[in-house]
Amino acid sequence: MAILDILKLPDPRLKQVSAPVERFDDDLRGFVADLEETRLAGPAAVGIAAPQVGRFQRIVIVDVSGRPKTPNHGHLILVNPEIVHWEGYAIGREGCLSVPDYTGNVIRATGIRLKAQDLDGRETEYAMEGYEARAVQHEMDHLDGLLFVDRVVSRRTDLYRRKVYQT
Amino acid sequence: MPDWNMLTLVGADRPGIVSRVTRALYTCGCNLGEASMIRLGGNFTIMLMVSGERHCDELMAAVRPVAEELGLRIHLDPVPGGLHRHLVPNLQVRVFGADRAGIVADVTEILAEHGFNILELESDVAGDAQHPVYIMNIQGYCERTIEEVQAALSALSTQGVSVDVAPVDILIG
Repeated sequence: MAILDILKLPDPRLKQVSAPVERFDDDLRGFVADLEETRLAGPAAVGIAAPQVGRFQRIVIVDVSGRPKTPNHGHLILVNPEIVHWEGYAIGREGCLSVPDYTGNVIRATGIRLKAQDLDGRETEYAMEGYEARAVQHEMDHLDGLLFVDRVVSRRTDLYRRKVYQT
Repeated sequence: MPDWNMLTLVGADRPGIVSRVTRALYTCGCNLGEASMIRLGGNFTIMLMVSGERHCDELMAAVRPVAEELGLRIHLDPVPGGLHRHLVPNLQVRVFGADRAGIVADVTEILAEHGFNILELESDVAGDAQHPVYIMNIQGYCERTIEEVQAALSALSTQGVSVDVAPVDILIG
């Protein structure tokens, strides 16, 4: 077990697109244990993505179960995750282990359906909402080389009173 | 010499104000810190932290020609501030109602009595000239519970002002 170094803005490696995981072996399990230890060592992060520690593979960890009154699926290790359905949108404030001392407002889908593999390569489908859905979208952006600062909207942008029309 | 100067500029809005002002500051050897720039009522307003390596007189000399050309009023204060002093808001207060004098004072007095520190406030008048609607969004830090703050503000609803208190959740990922 080890605490890994977190890449921080403006490190260009954070813009790299990560590759799918193909081998579900002890090396993967060892890395995920280190990634989790790194998440827990930082400032109360509800998620972390492999590329944040310089491993460019499609792996994220999300755990919002410690937050009161929040629907959640517990501690999640998502390998090769893929969002297959989005709905609604909302603004929320985000920060990031890779962007110290800055928070900003970001628009995210309020509900998602997600397919992902676990550490043994078994595929599961999840339906998520709210805070957990936001955390997953934030972490999955890292896999495509995006940070929340790529999506920040003005503090004056305010969607909360507008009705969401769906087609 | 203080670490920073707070430079305030206000004038009729037009394209190019930010680029001209910041170019003049850069040419003078200044570094910029945090800034708030926004159009208010057809005026462009700038509040800008400028690093304190240059003396105030030198800084004013650099900005004045641009300000005069663009019709901007200037104000400069040496300040003992610094970067990385953000406070993280935990409560958000949204207010709206038919516009009348005193809404801001009424709401913020109650907040102040509860030790609510306003970190950010923006407000606007929506609707039209016959039916103006005042809308205000406040973010700040308060150690009292949401329920306490909400209860204290609820008296205002009888005066036709809608007030909503919500947590500011910051997701760190």
